[in-house]
Amino acid sequence: MSEAKSPDTLVTQPDRGHSPDTQTGDSGPIYDTIIIGAGMSGIAAGIRLAYYDQRVCILEKHYTIGGLNSFYRLNKRDYDVGLHAVTNFTEKGAKKGPFSRILRQLRFKWEDFALAPQRRSRIAFPEIELHFTNDIEQLTAEIGQKFPHCVDRWQRLVGSITDYDDLDQAAFEISARQRLEEALGDPLLINMLLCPLMWYGNPREHDMAWGQFCIMFRSIFLEGFARPYRGVRLILKNLIKKFRALGGELKLRHGVAKILTENGWAIGVELENGNRIYGKRILSSAGLVETLRMCDQTSEPDPRMAGQMSFIESISVLDRQPEELGFADTIVFFNDSPDFHWTPPADELCDVRTGVICSPNNYDYDLQEGQLPEGIIRLTTIASFDRWNKLDEATYRREKFRWYDRSVASCVRFIPDFRPHVIDIDMFTPTTIRRFTWHENGAVYGAPDKKLDGTTHIPNLFLCGTDQGFVGIIGAMMSGISMANQHCLKD
Amino acid sequence: MAPEEIRQAIIEILEDIAPDEDLSNLDDSVSFREQMELDSMDFLDIVMELRKRYRVQVPEEDYPQLASMDSTVKYLEPKMVNVAV
Ligand SMILES: Cc1cc2nc3c(=O)[nH]c(=O)nc-3n(C[C@H](O)[C@H](O)[C@H](O)COP(=O)(O)OP(=O)(O)OC[C@H]3O[C@@H](n4cnc5c(N)ncnc54)[C@H](O)[C@@H]3O)c2cc1C
Repeated sequence: MSEAKSPDTLVTQPDRGHSPDTQTGDSGPIYDTIIIGAGMSGIAAGIRLAYYDQRVCILEKHYTIGGLNSFYRLNKRDYDVGLHAVTNFTEKGAKKGPFSRILRQLRFKWEDFALAPQRRSRIAFPEIELHFTNDIEQLTAEIGQKFPHCVDRWQRLVGSITDYDDLDQAAFEISARQRLEEALGDPLLINMLLCPLMWYGNPREHDMAWGQFCIMFRSIFLEGFARPYRGVRLILKNLIKKFRALGGELKLRHGVAKILTENGWAIGVELENGNRIYGKRILSSAGLVETLRMCDQTSEPDPRMAGQMSFIESISVLDRQPEELGFADTIVFFNDSPDFHWTPPADELCDVRTGVICSPNNYDYDLQEGQLPEGIIRLTTIASFDRWNKLDEATYRREKFRWYDRSVASCVRFIPDFRPHVIDIDMFTPTTIRRFTWHENGAVYGAPDKKLDGTTHIPNLFLCGTDQGFVGIIGAMMSGISMANQHCLKD
Repeated sequence: MAPEEIRQAIIEILEDIAPDEDLSNLDDSVSFREQMELDSMDFLDIVMELRKRYRVQVPEEDYPQLASMDSTVKYLEPKMVNVAV
């Protein structure tokens, strides 16, 4: 099990255009906007700004793009770091929803992302399951069947969720558990609904902010799951191609060490190699705590602010298609008791009572593209960054194998046993996530408290991405776009 | 630019921002919002495109002037009188 990531050719091309490194010195501002991080949010913001003729430069610490949703090649196989599903799927021609907004704002055609819809997904608890598709009526019918006493209330809940656009910070912060208790009343149904929504976007332990719940509800139940046949590569390749065609500059292996300030305003950044790059404003996707640390702070920001929810994820390559083993679902969210626990494990490295199983094979791909060449099962379970981080090298390796076995043993209680058919495995842990994205604690969904307006204590330093508020691939792109619009374009 | 040319310029911008909209039946006296799926992000784009294409600045307090085609053309006329087609 290796963790090596190798750069794809598309990101190793030499940087185009000017080379301001050589002209910096004291020559004053050069870039209109400096963006920290070439993940989904940073690149989306970069496209917006470059499209409107700004001189914009994305500085990325890693040797490849994508951040939390990157890709790599290992043992002659292409892997996605994280991609299970692109959320917020809408059909071609839809005018509403985040996905069509992103297409419009970034001037992409629907075909550019070539999304194939999911087949069917499942929330699996002991003795009870809810199936859902990209059509909310399917879930409503399931709830009507399995929770008949709740179906009217469910429909009212669905109606009240459709519009979350005007959620302010106060409405956002309400407890989702409390709101659901009032709206639905049934604890089992509440846990079954929270399970997938927390799994795909809750940075907080135990409970979820109502605003985050609404966003995730819409993105998963009202809109839905899809995936490009070629995985996240296709999305990233198209994003970065557009950014460069518009004159944007991308600098890989350019980690930002420090944000330079003068009279309380940011004037540029100092790189880890000591070089300086100047700009009129800075948009950072590195995370709130991580960005504050780059500023001249008198006190060290509390790393707990960065969030604690992290995961292990394994990718099992099979000798046949999952469907041949009787596994035809796209994604299964499992939980092995009526209670749903969403916290880092208390006294072990991982908590495998709940998890997400995804087969990228089980999407309705275009006939021309066909089926993925090999069967794949991805499995995510909860893990403790602190515990994984304390292990020495040898123990770490051993524990990885042990927890692969334990997490897979847990998940095959809910899907057909695929273990005899595994021909290759890759796996990563919370420390891998931090190593490649520098997110404190390997926190996948970032800080529990979001900074929805994207501002910081420095008037021309802004946040985008995970810690601004929107998570996931679509959420991160929306975040980059809206922060670019709000803070970087109107002057 | 004459009013008719300004109108055409706006149509071209709208076609770019919202490629799926059918603009042939646009009623110039009714607000864009009532006839098309435009959100505040799209409105920002109308302003940004005017700046990009014609170097016309529209300050934020004037955004409400861009509600319908008629009001937009009227608002832009003095600003674009010297813009070449
Ligand atoms: C295992 C896993 C599975 C996931 N599955 C899905 C999924 O199926 N669907 C979905 O929608 N979402 C999924 N996500 C979530 C999604 O990937 C993220 O929410 C999204 O990619 C976040 O994008 P971002 O731009 O906000 O942050 P990031 O991608 O983290 O971007 C930040 C970038 O900043 C760079 N950086 C950090 N510090 C510095 C510095 N000092 N100088 C320069 N650069 C720096 C980092 O290297 C990184 O590239 C998954 C995440 C993980 C980890």
